[in-house]
Amino acid sequence: MNDIKDPSKKSFLYDAGTRSLVFQVVLLAIVIYVCYYLFSNLQANLDSRGITTGFAFLNEPAGFPILIHLISYTEADTYGRAFLVALINTFVISLLGIILATIIGVIMGLARLSRNWLVARLATVYIETLRNIPLLLQMFFWYFAVLAALPTPRNSYEFADFLLNKRGIYSPSPITQEGFSIAVAGFIVSIVISIALIIWAKKRQTRTGLWFPAYWSSLGIIVVITFLAFAAAGFPLEFNLPHKTRFNVSGGMVLPPEFVAVLVALSTYTGSFIAEIVRAGILSVNWGQTEAARSLGLRDSLTQRLIVLPQALRVIIPPLTSQYLNLAKNSSLGAAIAYPELVSVVMGTTLNQTGQAIETIGLCMLVYGSLSLSISLFMNWYNKKMSLIER
Amino acid sequence: MAIEFKPSPSLPPPSTAVGPVAWVRHNLLSSPLNIILTIFSLYILYLLIPPLIEWGVINATWTGSSNKACTGSGACWAFINSYFEQFMYGFYPSDQTWRVNLALVILVLLVAMFAIKKINRFYLTLVIILPYPILAYYLFSGGAFGLEPVETAKWGGLFLTILLGVIGIVASFPLGALLALGRRSNMPVAKAVCVIFIETIRAVPLITILFMASVMIPLFLPDGLNFNKLLRVLIGIVLFSSAYMAEVIRGGLQAIPKGQYEAADAMGLTYWQSMSLIILPQALKLVIPGIVNTFIGLFKDTTLVYIVGMFDFLGRIQAANHDTNWLGTTVEGYVFAAFVYWAFCFGMSRYSMALERKLETGHKRN
Repeated sequence: MNDIKDPSKKSFLYDAGTRSLVFQVVLLAIVIYVCYYLFSNLQANLDSRGITTGFAFLNEPAGFPILIHLISYTEADTYGRAFLVALINTFVISLLGIILATIIGVIMGLARLSRNWLVARLATVYIETLRNIPLLLQMFFWYFAVLAALPTPRNSYEFADFLLNKRGIYSPSPITQEGFSIAVAGFIVSIVISIALIIWAKKRQTRTGLWFPAYWSSLGIIVVITFLAFAAAGFPLEFNLPHKTRFNVSGGMVLPPEFVAVLVALSTYTGSFIAEIVRAGILSVNWGQTEAARSLGLRDSLTQRLIVLPQALRVIIPPLTSQYLNLAKNSSLGAAIAYPELVSVVMGTTLNQTGQAIETIGLCMLVYGSLSLSISLFMNWYNKKMSLIER
Repeated sequence: MAIEFKPSPSLPPPSTAVGPVAWVRHNLLSSPLNIILTIFSLYILYLLIPPLIEWGVINATWTGSSNKACTGSGACWAFINSYFEQFMYGFYPSDQTWRVNLALVILVLLVAMFAIKKINRFYLTLVIILPYPILAYYLFSGGAFGLEPVETAKWGGLFLTILLGVIGIVASFPLGALLALGRRSNMPVAKAVCVIFIETIRAVPLITILFMASVMIPLFLPDGLNFNKLLRVLIGIVLFSSAYMAEVIRGGLQAIPKGQYEAADAMGLTYWQSMSLIILPQALKLVIPGIVNTFIGLFKDTTLVYIVGMFDFLGRIQAANHDTNWLGTTVEGYVFAAFVYWAFCFGMSRYSMALERKLETGHKRN
C-alpha cells in the first residue's frame, strides 16, 4: 500500500514533535540541576556557618525599636510582631500613595489638556520634570533638603491647630467620648439608606426614564443623619491639641517626616506618570463622540461624564494598574530614608540581627508578590466591569 | 463697452482675530474660569521664578574651597565645583581618569559610525558587542598592558551609573529576547519556565533583587567561588531588566501579523531562521521606543545600588553632603544630581519619540 515513503518521516530526528519533546526534557533537566546545585551549596554554606533554617526566629524578641507603628509595639515584642508592623506601614503608604497619586495625576493630566496655554505649559513642566528624575533622589530631596530645613519644635510654623516643624506635622488628635458609637451607628444607617436610594433611582430611571439626583441627595442624607446622631449623643468627641513645650511638642497626633517624605515623593512622582496616562486616555476618545453628544443636546459636564469618561477609562485602566503596582513596589525605597516599611525592617534590621537571609528575603518577596497580585486582580475585575460589552 | 468687474481687495482680518492680542484673548482669557486660572498661574510663576534665579544665578558662589566662601542667600555651586571629579568618577585615581574618558570616547565613535552608510552594520554591532567590552574592561580595571590596576570598589560616580545602565540594558537584551520567545513558544515546559521567571521578577521591587544579589548570591555558590560586589549587583540588574525587556519584546512579537509567521513556515524556514530573519527584525523595530523607555527606567533605577552600599552618582553626592567643610549644601547637590539625571532621561525620551515618528511605517497592527 504505502510504497512511497514520506520523505519527511525518514528519521524521527526530523520530527517536530520528537524534537520539541527532547528539547523540553533537556531544558527541564537543566533547570532542575541548577536548582539542585544552588540549594545543595546553600545547605552546605548554612551548615558551615551554623545558621538553622526555619521561621522559629519570628517568635524571638526583636529588641529594636520601630518609630512608626500603627499597632502597639515595643522592643520586647517578637520579630513576628515587627514584621506585622512593617507590613502595615507598607500597606498604609501604598494605599495613601495610590489615592494621592490618582488625584494629582487626574488634575495634572486635565491641566495639560487645558485650553489655557499657561496652565497647559505649567502642567507639562511639572510632568516632564518629575518623571525624569529618579524617585530615590526625590525622596532624599524631600527628606534631607526640605523637611530637615524646617524650624525646631520651639519655632514651629502654626496653621490653626496644626504645627509644622523638623519632627513632622502635628495635628489635633480626636478622643472619643461615651456615646460615640451612636454617631457611628447613625453614619452607617445613613450610608445604607443612600445606597438603597441610589439603587431605587437607577431602577426607576431604567423603567420610566425619569431622573433623580440620587448622588447629591445621598450626600445630604449622610451629612444630616450623621450630624443628628452626633448631636443626639451630645457631641461625644474632643480634640487633644498639640502645643509647644520647651524643646518638643506634646499632645496631638504626628505625621513623622519619614512618612511625609515618602508619601509626597511617591505620590508626586507616580502622579506625573498617571497624568500622561489620563491625557492619552482622553485624547483617545474620538472628537466625533463629543460632537455627537453636543448635537444630542447634552451639557458639557454631562458630555464629559457620560460620553468621554467611560470611553477614556477603558484606555486608562490597564496602564493605570501597572502604575499602581509600581507605586506599591516603589514604597520599598522608603528604606533609604528610614521609613520603617517591609524592606527596612525585615531585610534590613531583622536580617542583620538574625542572619536568616533566605527566610527574610523570601518573606519580603512573598508579600510584594501577593500585593502585586491582589492589585492586578482587583484592577482586572474593574477593567472587566468597565469594558465594552460587545454583542 | 463692457464694464469689467473689479473686486476691491479683501480687508485684513480685524486685529481682535489675529496677532498676539487675539492669541492672548483666545488662549488665556477666553472665559471667566480661564482668567482666574491665568492669574493663578502667573502668581505661581511670580512666586517661583524670581527667587529661583536670584538663588541659583545672581547670589550664587561659583568658586571656593569650603562653605565659608559661600554667601548664605545664594546657591553654593563651589561645592559642586570642588567635588566634581568625585561625582564623575568616584574614587578612581585622578591621574587615571583618562582611561574612563578614552573608553567612553571610543564607544561614542563606534556608535557614531552607524551613520556612515558604507560600513556594514552587522559587523559594527559585533565589534561593539564582542571586542569593545573586553577593551573597556582592561581600560577600567587595568592590571594588563602596563596599566595600573584599579579595584572595582573605587569605581563610582556618574561613571558607575552609566556603566550599570549600559551593561544592564545591553546584557538584558538577548536574555529578554529569549525569554519573550520562550513565553510565546508552544512547548509547555519552556513556556512555564519563562512565565514563572518573568512574573516573579516583575512582582517584586528591584531593591529586594539587589539585596538578594548582594546577600544571597554568596550563599548559593560553593565555598571559594565568589564574585565581587559590582558583579553581583550587575547580575541582579541584568536579571531584573531582562524580565521587563522580555515583556517589551513580547509586545512587538504580538504586533506582527500572523501571516508573517505562516509565510515564514511556508518558505520552509526553521524556527530559528524564521525568528531571526523574519519575525525579530520586524518586531524589534516596532519596540525600539519601548526599549528606550525601559532604558530610561533602568537608568533611574540604578540609583538604588546606593541602598546596598555602592556609591553611584547619587550615592557620591549623598556621601559628600556629610563633609563638614561643606555643611548646608544639601540642596545644591540634589539640584545638580536632578539636573544631570533629568538631562539624560529627558534627552532619551525625546529621542525615543523622534524614533517612533521616523520608524512609523504604517503596518502596525493592534
